[in-house]
Amino acid sequence: MKKILSYLIIIFLFNSQAISKISNKDEIEILKNIRCLVCQGQSIADSNSDFAQTIKLVVKDKIGEGKTKKEIYGFLISKYGEWIVFDTQINRKNFLLWFLPYLSLFFGGLIIFAILKKKREN
Amino acid sequence: MLNNIGNLLIFLSIAVSILIIYFSIHSLKEKKKTINKKLFNLSLWQTTFTLTSFFALIIGFILSDFSLITVFQNSHSLKPLFYKITATWGNHEGSLLLWINVLVIFSFLFLVFNKDAEKKYRIYTLISQNVLIIGFFLFLFFNSNPFDLVVPTPKQGLGLNPILQDPALAIHPPLLYIGFVGSSIYFSAAIGSLLSSYEGRNFAKSIKPWVIVSWSFQTLGILVGSIWAYYELGWGGFWFWDPVENASLMPWFVMTALIHSLVVLQKRESLYSWVIILCLSAFTLSVTGTFLVRSGILNSVHTFANDPSRGLYILVFLSLMIFTALTIFFIKYKKENYSFNTNSKETYILVNNWFMAFYLITILIGTTYPIFTEALVNIKISVGPPFYNIVIIPLVVPFLFIMALAPKVKWISNKFKSSMNFFSIIALAILLNALIIYYLEPYSFLTNLIITSSIFLIIYSLLDLVNIIRKKNNFDLPRILSHLGFGFLVFFIGLNHSYSVDQDFNLKEGEKKEFENYVINFKSLNYEQYKNYKAVIGEFDLLNKKNLKQETLFPEIRIYNQPKTLTYEASIRTGLGHDLYLTMSNISRSEFYNIKFQKKPFMIWIWFSAIMISTGGFVRLFKNEN
Amino acid sequence: MKTNIIISFGLISFILLLFYFGLNNKNKYETSDLVGKKLSSFELKSLDEKNVFNSNTLEKNTFTLINFWASWCAPCRKEHEYLMLLKKKTGLKILGVNFKDRKENALEFLQTLGNPYYLLAKDHDGRSSVNFGIYGIPESLLIDNELNVIKKFIGPINFDNYKEIVKIINNK
Repeated sequence: MKKILSYLIIIFLFNSQAISKISNKDEIEILKNIRCLVCQGQSIADSNSDFAQTIKLVVKDKIGEGKTKKEIYGFLISKYGEWIVFDTQINRKNFLLWFLPYLSLFFGGLIIFAILKKKREN
Repeated sequence: MLNNIGNLLIFLSIAVSILIIYFSIHSLKEKKKTINKKLFNLSLWQTTFTLTSFFALIIGFILSDFSLITVFQNSHSLKPLFYKITATWGNHEGSLLLWINVLVIFSFLFLVFNKDAEKKYRIYTLISQNVLIIGFFLFLFFNSNPFDLVVPTPKQGLGLNPILQDPALAIHPPLLYIGFVGSSIYFSAAIGSLLSSYEGRNFAKSIKPWVIVSWSFQTLGILVGSIWAYYELGWGGFWFWDPVENASLMPWFVMTALIHSLVVLQKRESLYSWVIILCLSAFTLSVTGTFLVRSGILNSVHTFANDPSRGLYILVFLSLMIFTALTIFFIKYKKENYSFNTNSKETYILVNNWFMAFYLITILIGTTYPIFTEALVNIKISVGPPFYNIVIIPLVVPFLFIMALAPKVKWISNKFKSSMNFFSIIALAILLNALIIYYLEPYSFLTNLIITSSIFLIIYSLLDLVNIIRKKNNFDLPRILSHLGFGFLVFFIGLNHSYSVDQDFNLKEGEKKEFENYVINFKSLNYEQYKNYKAVIGEFDLLNKKNLKQETLFPEIRIYNQPKTLTYEASIRTGLGHDLYLTMSNISRSEFYNIKFQKKPFMIWIWFSAIMISTGGFVRLFKNEN
Repeated sequence: MKTNIIISFGLISFILLLFYFGLNNKNKYETSDLVGKKLSSFELKSLDEKNVFNSNTLEKNTFTLINFWASWCAPCRKEHEYLMLLKKKTGLKILGVNFKDRKENALEFLQTLGNPYYLLAKDHDGRSSVNFGIYGIPESLLIDNELNVIKKFIGPINFDNYKEIVKIINNK
């Protein structure tokens, strides 16, 4: 039984390579990550506004020039500020944002551990 | 005339609420063990006045009485009747009146349905609830009164935003309000419980049906909101981690944690303080959500018209509410001794709470972080889907495993009998996952984990289902339905996310485009005139090269006059396997149209899964009745 | 127990206070990120397509006002008189970039209302505007001879903006 399981786990790990498909999927992903500045919270991919169409053109150009995702985001942030990208970057300003949820997870775990420990002591 | 009737009814409701509090305090001092009959009658009057005021507003909309400010701002005589009625709660003032109606109705019903509970507890609950009612009524009357007069009476209204004229929107607010406004009653009951020391099993039994009602409706409300976004907003998504969406999701996590913790309180008389905290948190988050959405502090597709004065009032009310509740909690707090075995159902439920708290805190931080950074350091940042997806999704994997195993774990002390079962089901799940990849396409490592763990939960739940059918004992049916539904939900969302096809391109009338397995032909453009809008309808032939199936799609651009807006109506072909989704938008000063094509797998199964989750709650309610 | 009370009350007060300050947040996004920074080098085609302007052209001026406009833009008409005033009274060099427009309409606009621009460029698909951090029109950037962005104006230039610009260019 355990042998079958280990074979299956190997098959599982083998299958789950991150496949990057057509660059089109990347492009849509980038557009979904950029905020339409003149809309109410929509992304460039979802917006039909004039501004969105301009940004789509520019992003397509940059992809054609071979720029990476990071470079494209960096370019837009330098022109429009951090607000234009639906944040993924972990930097000084956003440190708390990423840190606090895991901190709370850790504390929750501590509390449960403390509750269970009391029983063992009793 | 209606404005006088409306204001009179509101005034009467407030007066009755004050009387209720007065007689409640009186009844507390009485030696009798039963509640003064006056309180029932007063509550009935209160409900009548409040409901009637709401109907008065509806009538105002039906009659297009533009002397009422809310009708003027949100309606138009040419609007179809159905949408005139639903516009009543599609705006800030009207929805606030609906909010109060739910508060009042739940107050009355709780009083009526708790005849077996201790008098002091019921009275303190009634007092607390009525304090909330009066607070909201005062807010409505002084700041957001739908019956305010517009002088002179305008001849025509400003019309309602056309994307709000949709059947899903009609039921979305009422469903949600039964959900998170309904949580007010167990907020009040928690206060009542603290002040009267009506604790333990009795308290759990008293609030359980109300928690389940609000949870089930909240689930449905969130689902309908997503369905509306999918069909109406034209971007093919159903969840965007938008602040308003998050505001409805946060109370849901608390309610789910509460449902599970109540089981512990009922069965083992333990976790009382934690249950109280959850009860207080649910409604607190609801009011916080309403603050975020109505104050103008956030930027979103969903926000109501902005008004900081509203924000200030709600913030003050919220602060008073939290501090009063917390003070009462700490004064009445009694230390509890926990004696949970590590391997026991109680511990598994604690773990459920742990995960719920994590999801909740993550979303709370994500939603409020931009507000805080801007207030503190004047930098505006965006927190969107990447953050939530990266933080939350990995944790869903262990969560699904625990969801599958926990129901099997015994109370107090559990011994893992057959780990054979466990390993063979994991193996089966891995195998099925491999089959999916083999027949369809590979996906990311994380998605593999998600699919495998959701299949694991599904198999476990299905086995349970078979078991109860065999044993003819359907006590567990509600839990099985909800857990199975959740497994399906994660499963189908995972597949949908990995296998969705997105294409964005520009086409002229008469042009064709080939991509992947499809050929799309922009056949023609037609123009039609409707009652309150003009439509530009595109006819597109979509050919699937693989199976030679052909579909015709008709996306629209609608031009409304009152108010002057453009909307983009997606053309959606729903199928068992996938939805085909097409939107068309014009490019200014060009003959080209921007076309967005999406293939979205298993959409209908996603909706079905969510319905299954809430069905579990409703089944539990009906079983309780018997 | 006492610590729990202090922590809960403290934390909640802090959050509520932040909400209160958040109410005062500006809602309109100002893209002031470019101010103080240098413009990256750029290239623009002239409206009559005979020339190409680049950053070197502007380095010859002490100050330049780069103004994005279009004939179909109503607020652009409003700000136009201030642009004419700037040209007449201060001789400020204004580079006009015609945005997503048609040449005939643009020229007609200038014929009727006057031409404040010493150079006329075009950006008819909007691509170049992104290099200047533009997201709507009219928008204008005041730069110095080293291409540093001194001030950004979002929306039509009004009388106060006009006075501001005069003050800045007179101070050097």
